[in-house]
Amino acid sequence: MNPRRVFAVLLRQLYLYRRSFTRVLDVFYWPTVDLLLWGFVTLYLEKAATEMPHYVSFFLGGLILWNILLRAQQGLSVSFLEDIWARNLLNLFVSPLTILEYLAGLVLVSIVKVVIAFLVMGTLAALCFGFHIFILGSSLLPFILNLCALGWAIGLVTMASILRFGQEAEILAWALALLFLPISAVFYPVEVLPEALQMLASWVPSSYVFEGMRKIILEGIFEPGPLFKASFLNLLYLIGSYLLFIKVYRQALQRGTIPKIGE
Amino acid sequence: METVLEVEELTKCFGKVCALKKISFSLHVGEILGVVGPNGAGKTTLINCLLGLVLPTAGKICYFKKDLFHNRSQILKKVNFASSYVALPLSLTLEENLLVYAHIYELKAPRARVEEALKTFGLYEKRKQRTRTLSSGQMMRLCLAKALLNRPQVLLLDEPTAGLDPEIAQKTRELILSYTRREKTAVIFTSHNLSEVELISDRILILQKGQLKALGRVSELLKKFGAQNLEELYFQLAI
Repeated sequence: MNPRRVFAVLLRQLYLYRRSFTRVLDVFYWPTVDLLLWGFVTLYLEKAATEMPHYVSFFLGGLILWNILLRAQQGLSVSFLEDIWARNLLNLFVSPLTILEYLAGLVLVSIVKVVIAFLVMGTLAALCFGFHIFILGSSLLPFILNLCALGWAIGLVTMASILRFGQEAEILAWALALLFLPISAVFYPVEVLPEALQMLASWVPSSYVFEGMRKIILEGIFEPGPLFKASFLNLLYLIGSYLLFIKVYRQALQRGTIPKIGE
Repeated sequence: METVLEVEELTKCFGKVCALKKISFSLHVGEILGVVGPNGAGKTTLINCLLGLVLPTAGKICYFKKDLFHNRSQILKKVNFASSYVALPLSLTLEENLLVYAHIYELKAPRARVEEALKTFGLYEKRKQRTRTLSSGQMMRLCLAKALLNRPQVLLLDEPTAGLDPEIAQKTRELILSYTRREKTAVIFTSHNLSEVELISDRILILQKGQLKALGRVSELLKKFGAQNLEELYFQLAI
């Protein structure tokens, strides 16, 4: 083995990371998210070990609903990346397709992905663990719609980042949604979080969905109030992310960066 | 002769660097305009501006007497594009790829049109194959089939024969020529291959550092600048 050649391989990666903020961020990002998430789960389990008869339902319900948000987000951002990877984006952007039509098409893709993921996970949860997601009753639809809306908003921000920073930002297609995981209180209640993060969670629509889910499983009560707040926040985020995407798209036309994406 | 494209004083600057400086020309029905110039001359920026992918800093681009940036979708229905640097999704079959674009261009009888286009470019037998199985020459033919799917009135080609071996490049040129002559499609194409440009262009446009150095028929330009051939003219004006 030639150590110099081994060093050359290391050097090649270091050169890559030296100029790539997103790659450097990636090194710190996943360990931080993992630590926060599982740290809070452990805290919750410690506190509620004796009085938590529904923990399987909480976890499985949380997992299924969280996947809805992920699929909705990736339906936009990963589909956009697929066109970049296939060097097909230019063909689409020089066609009569408007940017709004393109986004609408991607939203349809994400709906298909959400439906498939929901059916597969819901069926497996029922067959393997006896957990029926439909115990959430009529609240399930507004829960799903709210998670999709947040997923689309995150997806649009991801797409805007890719348009602005190029393919280097593609890691965000997987990473950005996970930033919301610890403060969405998917696997534990918001009250487990430190006060500052609780404050942050109050601005995250998905936290109301997961709190609502736990309330239904535990007490059989559906509270529409928090869900209205989630819907209002989602509306704001959708409008904001759409405007951001359009602004970045127009800037890309000015800067002439669209033909260079994927190079 | 009817004008399909009118470019007036087109300027595109990226910060302090101007890639195009007050370029003006027009394109007529069925005309083939070859754009030549060294790397960085502004050929690709010109094509990108004409496709609406890059907003000009100043100047006007009008297709069919309508401004491109105010009638983008309507105009792009009658325009199309192919480049050796752009591909189609490899995991789709040839037929699937073209069907997607047949719907985007709102073609009537999309399946029939796709079959016709695949036959024109000698790819019909491969229609059910994944696009990844194509050679680079076949991929270019598929991109051309996509580019001609909507029977465009204006076709923009960015180095359509770059990277192809001479035989395949020759076949590709023949396909472009026979189709566009038959359909009276106006074509703008960029190339580094001067003999190719001389062979198929009605007029040529020579760019150097974003400036239009010459525009006209090859024979007229040779006479005007006292050059023996296009290569000599190119070195005289573009380098």
